[in-house]
Order: sequence, then structure tokens, then C-alpha cells
Amino acid sequence: MDAEVTLKVDGTDHTFVVDTRTTLLDALRERLGKTSPKKGCDHGQCGACTVLLDGRRANSCLTLAVAYDGSEIVTAEGLAENGELHPMQRAFIEHDGYQCGYCTPGQIVSAVGMLQEAEAGWPSHVTEDLNVEEITLDDDEIRERMSGNLCRCAAYANIVPAIREVSGR
Amino acid sequence: MSTTERATGRAIGMPLDRIDGPQKVKGTAPYAYEHHVEHPLYLFAVRSSIARGRIVSMDVSRAQDVPGVVIVVTHENAPRMADTRDQELATLQSDRVDYRGQYVGAVIAETYEVARHAASLVEISYEEETHAAVLDPASDGLYAPEVVNAGFPTDTEEGDFDRSFSSAAVRLDETYTTPTEHNNPMEPHTTVAIWEGGNLTLYESTQGVHPVGRTVARVFGLDRDRVRVVAPYVGGGFGSKGLPHANTMLAVLAAQMVEGRPIKFALTRQQMFAGVGYRTPTVQRMRLAADEEGHLTAVGHDVIEQTARFKEFAEQTAVVSRMMYDTQSRRTTHRLAALDVPVPSWMRAPGEAPGMFALESAMDELAEACNLDPIEFRVRNEPEIDPESGLPYSSRNLVACLREGARRFGWEDRDPAPRTRQEGRWLVGTGVASATYPVFRMPGSRATIRYEGDGRYAVEIGAADIGTGTWTALTQISADALEIGVEDVDLRIGDTRLPYASVEGGSSGITVWGAAIFEAARVFRERHGEDPSEGDEVQARTPNNPETENYAMHAFGAYFVETRVDADTGEVRVPRMTGVFAVGNVINPGTARSQFIGGMAMGLSMALHEESLVDGRFGHVVNQDLAEYHIPTNADVGEIDVSWIDEDDPYVNPMGSKGIGEIGIVGSAAAIANAVYHATGIRVRDLPITPDKILP
Repeated sequence: MDAEVTLKVDGTDHTFVVDTRTTLLDALRERLGKTSPKKGCDHGQCGACTVLLDGRRANSCLTLAVAYDGSEIVTAEGLAENGELHPMQRAFIEHDGYQCGYCTPGQIVSAVGMLQEAEAGWPSHVTEDLNVEEITLDDDEIRERMSGNLCRCAAYANIVPAIREVSGR
Repeated sequence: MSTTERATGRAIGMPLDRIDGPQKVKGTAPYAYEHHVEHPLYLFAVRSSIARGRIVSMDVSRAQDVPGVVIVVTHENAPRMADTRDQELATLQSDRVDYRGQYVGAVIAETYEVARHAASLVEISYEEETHAAVLDPASDGLYAPEVVNAGFPTDTEEGDFDRSFSSAAVRLDETYTTPTEHNNPMEPHTTVAIWEGGNLTLYESTQGVHPVGRTVARVFGLDRDRVRVVAPYVGGGFGSKGLPHANTMLAVLAAQMVEGRPIKFALTRQQMFAGVGYRTPTVQRMRLAADEEGHLTAVGHDVIEQTARFKEFAEQTAVVSRMMYDTQSRRTTHRLAALDVPVPSWMRAPGEAPGMFALESAMDELAEACNLDPIEFRVRNEPEIDPESGLPYSSRNLVACLREGARRFGWEDRDPAPRTRQEGRWLVGTGVASATYPVFRMPGSRATIRYEGDGRYAVEIGAADIGTGTWTALTQISADALEIGVEDVDLRIGDTRLPYASVEGGSSGITVWGAAIFEAARVFRERHGEDPSEGDEVQARTPNNPETENYAMHAFGAYFVETRVDADTGEVRVPRMTGVFAVGNVINPGTARSQFIGGMAMGLSMALHEESLVDGRFGHVVNQDLAEYHIPTNADVGEIDVSWIDEDDPYVNPMGSKGIGEIGIVGSAAAIANAVYHATGIRVRDLPITPDKILP
């Protein structure tokens, strides 16, 4: 079965017909040629496909495209505006927070979404006081909140300081 | 970070940011599946549900009837290959099934969704045969392979091992085991294959475009120059993309059936647990003996591991014990069980990683039995020359790594008694282990240098960057070789249209590719001088290194680890690790550091997490995804302190560098196991160290 959907991706509207079985990830990659979100597991287990979906980080592989008709999506490519890298992207380069680069767009989008969650006061599994008004993003908080994004090259020891630097700005 | 200043050259040794960084952080660097092709078709594999037997019949009618399906491929209609000697690659060439998960068919369709659905509708009946899919070290069918991986002898013997061992003052006789592990690079194994007018183009996720191209040409009976393989960016490999596997062959078969239309084929994560290589499980009997002063008198390392019945791969697990320490007598052996399983292959530091878990765990145990600090014990057994070859080392700075690591980590005041420190419910311990990795060289790489005017030079070599930093490191090497700035180098890699490059494996890439570039630059300057004309060009091969006849060449390292073990749950945490390396000259301190922290974290994962559980009844890996096969998450990895000592090795290659991609994992697992023992008093000799092995 096919259905028409409209998605705003990195600021541009796209209206197209998809097989209703198509994941948001496959719609982005195969239909729109937006290959910044990556397919690492297709099961929501690795986070390489992370996008901002209406402002919140989401695994686009666990999401059917038809379920988000009219939504706004930001990929890592879209975080860079007018050719200027996002501060998180610059921090990943400066701290060498990657090796092969395949999980990297997902890590970066996830980190940007995570900072917004922390800013909004959302606690995590390692937050001591669930009622605290201001989250202090120490390294343990960053590690916990970024554990949905796997990196087989295990650049974690560089990813944490990259995110810490941006969160401190 | 230690940034080693280099006297000669300007670019080598600088922490240059990755030149492919901006593309990678935006996600626009094209990996194999992401190269734009017109009107692609999608391939989804059908895999065997039995471990051994033959296909009696395949009913493809329901699959064929799905709208959008182009062809259902089976062994009956697949094109014939020219060379089927390599049974791993002889895909859909017969009705045989050699392991569960083998490709027995595939669906080509207009969309991925249709291909995947239709593949589920193919019905197969089999004639099943009795199979064996789980390694049994007591099996009477074990055999000695002719050689083990990388061409090492299967067995070695020096001195009178039996007598030295039985008469020694202090003895250890223990067995260490490591499980099946899967590489699991983040980017799945992927091919985009285009067959048009007798020419084949592959966008491939591979550690070596030329080796893949040559293999495909041989298997399909094509001229090499009709096969083009492109891989500018590769999402990790860790060895599984080092040798071509059946998935690439399946994509080529499919492409040949749909002339002119590109085939897109990516394995699912689950499919990566069969058919793209893995680390064999190992059973390692260690027999170490020492005299009263703590000098080793016997080192015995007997390994049992598995291979596939249809193709042999013998991991060189005991090889490290041949050169690591000095001893009067030594015996090493490898025995294989041939099973109805996918063929094992390379996984980061094959041989060294599991072998050093056993050796360095045993060394820790024997140090305690000798009442010696484990560092002092290793120092006492440091050989003056390579025990195996009898050659001097080109450089061997293991002791310096141990001493420097001890200083950085704060080893000095350690109480050696186990289970003596507790903080709340956490039992705290520290451990140490050594690492080594040989300086491998692969033959045949060539580099072309061409002056392109305006001060710019093109440097071309079909090398791979699987995350290792090749784009950046070879740019730095080219700059120094030509004595120009890095901004004047146009490096081109990852394409068979460029000069031949050997596989990115055995941590050999920079050694041989860099040497080819240095040689090409030398010849270029000789012929064309400092002021060349546009279009002046030179191609050169990696020269032979005569010093390999005179010196044994290895990298070394030392790890120090703190573990905290929850006394109630058995959970093991690793808040900090220190790694000190002796790897010659470091080309790029930034990317090198990333290799080391990544390798050490993979060693942590080997120690605590990774285990592919095979169900012997069916022959498949049960935990075949990233939720159940645990690789480390951000929260699993703590502080990692990495440094390296100044090591000037004029013999290894023109850069003075040793490979660094693999040594990070070697010894890391043993250091953690040793620290867990120190924390708990429990010696776990069977990886991974899961809570059930710690709780009473």
C-alpha cells in the first residue's frame, strides 16, 4: 500500500509517495537521497540513524515515514547552516570524536538533542535528585545520556570531552 | 597527549585534524550504499535454516508473484562462476549447505521493502545431515593445520619443555578460554554492483579495493581491468572487511542477471552474524614454570580452536608466546576442529588478542606464585634478542612502557594482596598486562606522484581508510616525502583505478603505503628535481626492506587498569585505564590516540561483554543483534589515559613508524581480568567476565 507524505527535511519540503512499510530512515536515504542518517542496525539498537524529529532526537529506523506526515526533520547535514558547521560538529573534529565516521552524524544529532533535554531539566538514570531544577552535565551524565549511540571504533573517550566543551558554552 | 616532536620533516608528528572531518560530521562522506546510482534494484538474501545438508527443492512462486519482484535468484538460475575453488565464495553454485545462514537464494526487486518481504516467502525443503557447530576441545577429530594465519608454523618446540616444566620450582597449568566474537563494524557489509557491457563496478565496503577487485575478477573469470572497486569511506571493518566474503559475490551474481541496473545490497545486522567472518572461540592450555628467582624455565601454549569444514582458517593464537618472554624451553601448538559453521576470519589482532589474554593472565598468576610484582616478573623475563628468530629487535621498549605506565597510573604503592580494598559495595583492584604486535608488511603496493602545477602534487594509491585516519596520515607522509606543505597534497585513495594497494590489515597499511609514497617521492625528485613541469609523473613500489633479515620488528605496549566490582551483583566497572605504547614514530598524535583508546575499549569489551552464543542444535548465533551482543556503550567506558614513549626505530620503514591499529586491543582484556582478580580474589579464566562468574 502506498501513501503520500510531506516531510520538511533540513528546511526543505518534500512531498512524495511511499510504500507504507518504509521507515523514515529508508525514506530519507533511498527516496530523498539524504544519507546523513546512517543504517547501522535497523532496530533502534545503535543510534546511527538519529535525527531531530519535530525537535526531539529519534531513531528514524524505528519510525514509519507515514506516521510522521507533516513533520520537520533535521539531520546532521542540516545542523550545518550556510556551510558553517554547528559548534558540536566543530567540537567532534577538534576532539577527534570519531574514527570511521559512520555513527558520527547520529552521535552529533543525538548530542544536540541531549543538550536540549538537559537544558529543559530532564533527569537521566544517573541523576541523583530527580527533582533538581538545573541538570549539571558532568561526564557521567553525558556518558549515560549518550549511551543510545554506539561507536564500534569506541571514540567515547573523545566524544565526552567534545560534548562537555559545547555544553559549557 | 604526548606529542612527539620529530627532528626531520614538518608534517609527520603533527596532530592535524582529519581532512575528511567536515564531511564525516555532516554525514555527507559517501559510504558504499550512498553513492548515487540511477534506477537501482534492491537485493535481499535468503539464508539456509539448516547447518548442513542439501537443498531438495525451492518454491519461489509466492515470492515471484509479489508485484515489484524482478527475479528470485537460486542455485538453479544463478550465473555460473569461473572459479569455485574457494568454497566460501562459491555462492549459489550448488545445492550444498555448509552452515546455517549461508546464502541459498535472493530476491531482486524494485524496492527494499518488496525484496525483503518476498524473500520471506521463498520456501525451501532440505535433506538435512548431522552437523556439529560447537567447539568441543575433547573431540577426537582435532587436527594440526599445515600453517596458521599469516604463515606462521603450526607448532614450535625449543629446549626440553617436558623436563623443564616437570622439574621447575614454580609451575602453573591452567586453561583459558575465549568465546566466539563478531567484528560488528557500524557500517554493515555493503555492495552496490553495476554490470554493464562486460564491465563491473562495485561500490564496496572493504578494507582493500584491489584485493576485492582481483578476487572478484578471478571468481567470475573477468579481466582485472574490467572490474572497478570504489571505497573512499568505510564505516569500520576490524578485519571482517579484510577478505572478500560471499555477500559481495551474491551482489555480483545479481548484477549479472539485470544488465545495466545497479544492485544495492546491504546485510542486515542479524545477517552479519554469519558469513562475514568472526573470531574463533579458543581453548588455551598454558603451562608456565619458573625458578626460585622468578626466571621462566618453560612456556607451553597449546591452543584448540575451530574452523569451517569447507574452508580452513587457523588463528595464530599461540604465536605471541614464541617471542614475548625469555625461557629455557618452549612449546606451542595449534589444533583445529572442523565444524559446520561459517569460516572464521580476521578480527582485530587475530592471534595476539586471544593469545595475550591467556599468556598475560598466566603471567599474572605466576608472578603471584613467585611472590613478585607482576611488572618486576615481566622485567626479569625480558629477552635480549627475539627468542624465536634469534635476531636482535629493531627496537623493543616493553620495559619502558611498563615503567612509564606504572608512574602515570600510580602503581608504586599497590598492595598485591587480592580483595583488600573496598569502597562501599565496590571491591577495588588494579591490574597490569603487556601487549605486542608485529610489524607486518604486505607485498606489492605502488604509489603515483604527479605534479599538477601551481605547487600542487597529486598522490595516488588505492589505499583504504576504515576510520584509521589514512586520508590524513598519508597526506602528512606525502608532504614530508616531497618536502612540501600538507595543503599542497591532493591525496587520492580507495579506487582500483589508482595504483595497487595491499589490504588495510595486520596494521600494515601505513608501513607499506607510506614506504611506497616515500620511494615515489625520492624517484620523482631524482628525475624531475625541485622545480618540475606540470604533468611530470612517477610511479614506484614499496621497496624491499633488507633490514627485515637483520632485525625482529614488533610494537609493544603496557596497560594498567582499575576495576571496581560490585560485591552484591558482580558487575564490573572500569573507571580508568592507562596505556603506554612503543610504536616507533607516531604519524598523527590525534588519530593515533583514537586508535589506541578505541582498541583499549574493544579490549574492555572483549573482557566484559562480547560473546556470540551458538545454539548447537541449529548452528546459529542466538544473540545476533546489538541489543544482545553487547559492544561497549559510552557509559561502559571510563577515563582512558594514552601516551607513547619516544622510540627511534630507523629500521622499520622510512617513517620510523610501526602499525597501531591492532595493538590497542592486545593485552587489554588480560589487564582487566588481572584487576578483577586483584579486586575480588576470583580468577576468571573464561571470557567474558560476566557477573555469574564472580558471584559465589
